Amino acid sequence: MAESALPLSFERVHVGREVETISRPSLSYWQDAWLRLKANRRALISLYLVIGLLAFTLFGPLLWRIDPAVQDLDQISVPPGADRRATVAAEYVPWDGVTATPTAPSMDARELAAPASVAVAGEAVTRSVRLFWDAVPGAGGYRVFRNIYDPAPDDAFGLPVGEVLSPATVSFEDRLDLKPTVYYYSVVALDALGYESAEAATVSVDVTRVITAAEAVQKGLIERAADVRPGDILKLPFHPLGTDYLGRDLLARLMHGARVSLFIGIVAPFAFVAVGIIYGSAAGFVGGRFDQLIMRFADFVVALPFLLFMILLRILFNVESGDSGIYPMMVAMLLLSWPAAARLVRGQILQIREEGYIGASRLLGAKTNYLVLRHMIPNTMGVILVTLTFAVPSAIFTEAFLSFIGMGVAPPTPSWGSMCNEGLKTMLTTPHELIAPALLISITVLAFNLLGDGLRDALDARMRATE
Amino acid sequence: MLLYTVKRLIQGVVTVWFIATATFFAMHFVPGDPLANDKAMAPEIRANLEARYGLDKPLMEQYWIYLRNMMQGDFGISFTQQNREVNDIIAEHFKVSATLGILAIVFAAFGGILWGALTALYRNRTPDVVIMLLVILGISVPGFVFAALGQLGVVKINDFLGFTLFPVAGWGTVQHMIVPSLVLGLGTMAFLTRLMRSSMLEITSSDFVRTARSKGLPVTRIFRKHQLRNAILPVVTVLGPSIAAITTGGFVVEIVFAIPGLGRYFVQAVQQSDYTVIMGTTVFYGAFLVLMVILVDLIYGLVNPRVRLE
Repeated sequence: MAESALPLSFERVHVGREVETISRPSLSYWQDAWLRLKANRRALISLYLVIGLLAFTLFGPLLWRIDPAVQDLDQISVPPGADRRATVAAEYVPWDGVTATPTAPSMDARELAAPASVAVAGEAVTRSVRLFWDAVPGAGGYRVFRNIYDPAPDDAFGLPVGEVLSPATVSFEDRLDLKPTVYYYSVVALDALGYESAEAATVSVDVTRVITAAEAVQKGLIERAADVRPGDILKLPFHPLGTDYLGRDLLARLMHGARVSLFIGIVAPFAFVAVGIIYGSAAGFVGGRFDQLIMRFADFVVALPFLLFMILLRILFNVESGDSGIYPMMVAMLLLSWPAAARLVRGQILQIREEGYIGASRLLGAKTNYLVLRHMIPNTMGVILVTLTFAVPSAIFTEAFLSFIGMGVAPPTPSWGSMCNEGLKTMLTTPHELIAPALLISITVLAFNLLGDGLRDALDARMRATE
Repeated sequence: MLLYTVKRLIQGVVTVWFIATATFFAMHFVPGDPLANDKAMAPEIRANLEARYGLDKPLMEQYWIYLRNMMQGDFGISFTQQNREVNDIIAEHFKVSATLGILAIVFAAFGGILWGALTALYRNRTPDVVIMLLVILGISVPGFVFAALGQLGVVKINDFLGFTLFPVAGWGTVQHMIVPSLVLGLGTMAFLTRLMRSSMLEITSSDFVRTARSKGLPVTRIFRKHQLRNAILPVVTVLGPSIAAITTGGFVVEIVFAIPGLGRYFVQAVQQSDYTVIMGTTVFYGAFLVLMVILVDLIYGLVNPRVRLE
C-alpha cells in the first residue's frame, strides 16, 4: 500500500520536550503559601490591620507627643469631640451671700413649702455657681442638691452638695468639681430638727468653663497675662479621644498601653513557642524513654490551672511599687504556656522522622544537627507559625484578664486591660473610657484570629478549615 | 473500660499531687511571710501564731503535714478570718460558682451545637453569614466587656419595663442567675459554634452521609442519626478545657455582678494575701478541673462507641 500517496486529513503530532514542561514556574513552599494568603481577602485585611496596630504602637507616640501621665485637670473625663473653649474671667472674688429676715423655725417638716424661686447670682461658671432663693416661712435651714439629670419624674435630686443651717442665709455657693454642662440644683427647706420638707424648688443651670489669665499662662496657653482680657475665649489642649477620670489624654494612654499589651501579646508567645520548639524537638528526636519521661512532665504542667498559677506566680515575683509588673507576667506566661507548643512540635518531628527524605539524607551522611536544623525544624515551621498567631490573642486576653482583676500591670503603667478596668467604673456616665480600649483589644484579637485562620489555610493542607 | 477508668483516675491523683506540691512550694518561696502585718507584733505572739499554723517547723515537715491534712480533706484555717476554715469557705462559695458554671456550660454547649448545626445547614446563606459574624465578635471581645454590657442591658430592660425583671447584681433567685450565666457562657458558645460548624460540614461531605442520602433516607433522619451524632464528638472533647475557661471566666462575672462565688473570694484572698485560702482554693480548683477532664473523657467513651471498642 502506498501510504504516503494518500492525503492525510490529520497531522502527525510531534512529541517533543515542551509537552512535558510545567506551565507554571515551580514555587517554593513559602511562595505558594504567600500566594494563597494573598488570595484570602479576610486574612490580607487582618494582616494590614496587624501592621497598622504595630505602627500605631511604635510610631504613634512619635507623632502624638503627649505624655500619657500628664493630667489636664480642666478636662476630666471629657468625651471625644467635646467643646474645649474656655472664657477668660477675672480673678475670683469671694461672695458674701444673700440674707433674709429669719422666721421662727417650724418643728414639722411637712408644713414647709418649697422656696418660691431659685436663681443664679452672677454667671454660672466652672469655678463657682452662686445660688440664692426666696426664704421659706418656718424654715430652719436649707439643703442643696445637684444632679446631672432632670430630677422631675422621681424626685431624684442627686448629690447633696451643701447645707445651710441658719434660717437667715438663703444662698449657697457650689465650688465642688464643676464641669461645663447643665446641672439641676434642687433646694429643700429643713425644719428645726433638720428633717427635709417634701417640696423642692429646682433650677437648671448651664455652667460655662472659665479660666483666669494667670492660670492660662501657667498652663502655657498664652504667653503673657496681659495678652487677654476677661471675656476672651481660649482653646484648651486638644484630646482627640477625650480624657480619662484623671484628665489624662486617652489617645496617648492607648498608644503607651498598646506597648504593654502588644509587647506581652507578641513577645511572650515568641518566647514560649521557642522553648516549646527546643523541648519538643529534643523529645521527638531522641524518642524512647527520654521522650516518655519529659513529655509526662509537660502533661503535668498542662494540667495546672493556668490562670490560678499565673496569679500565684505573680505573687511569687512580688511586684515592687514603681515596677510595671510586665516582666513577672511574661515569665509566668513562659513557665506555664510552653507545653502546648512542645507537644505540637514533638508530634510533627515524630512524623517527619519517618519520612523517606530523612532516611535518604542520613544515608548520604548527614549529621543529626544538620537533619534537625535543615529538615525537621523548617518543615514544622508552618504549624509553628499558625500556633504562634493563635497564641497572640490568648496572651492579650490573659493580660487583659489579669489587669482587670488587678493582678496585671501595676498603675500608673497603662495597659488596655487596666484601662478597661478603670473605664468600667464610670461606664454609664463616660462610656468612651471603656469603649476605646475594649475596641482596641477586640480589633487586635480579631485581626490575629483571622490572620491565624488564613495562615492555617495557606500553610498547612491537613489543618485546612472546611469553609 | 474499667481498666481505662482506673488508669485515668490514678493519673488524675498524681496530677493533683503535682498541683498541690507546685502550689505549696510556689507559696513558700513568696517573699515575706504570711504573718507580716502593718502592725508591730510582739515576739511571743508571733511565736504562738507560728506554732499554731505550724510555721516554726522545717520546710519538709510542713510539706508532709500539708499533704497529710489535704489527704483528709483539711485545708486549714483562713489567715484573715481566723474563725473560718478554708473547707467551710470552699463549701459555702463553691455551690454558687458551680451553679453559675453549670448553667453557663449548659447554655454554651446547647447554644453552640444548635447554632453550629444551623450555620452548616444554611452554609454561605444569610443565617450562616450573620451567625458567623456574631461568632467572630464573641471570640474577639473580652469577657469583662460582655459582663459590663450585660449589666448595662439589664439596667435598660428594667428601665423599659418599669419594674425589675432581672436584678442588676447579687445572687439568690432564678432571675439573678439568668443574665450572668448567659454572659459567662457567651465566649465559649461562640467557640463551640465554630467548632460544631466545621465538624458538621466535614460530616456532611463524608461518604456515609452521601450513601444514606442516595439510599433515599428522609433528610431529617440523616440529620439526626448520621450528621448530628457524629458532628457532636469534637464538641464533647473540648468540653473539658471549656469548663476550665468558664471557671476562670467566672471570676470576672462574679466580680461584676457581685455574686458571692468562690472566684470572687479567691481574687479577694489574693489581694489580702490570705495564704491558706489561696492554696486551698488553687488545689481545689485544680482537682476539680482534673476530675472534669477525666469525666468528659469517660463521657466521650459513652457517646462514641468507636473509642469504647479500642
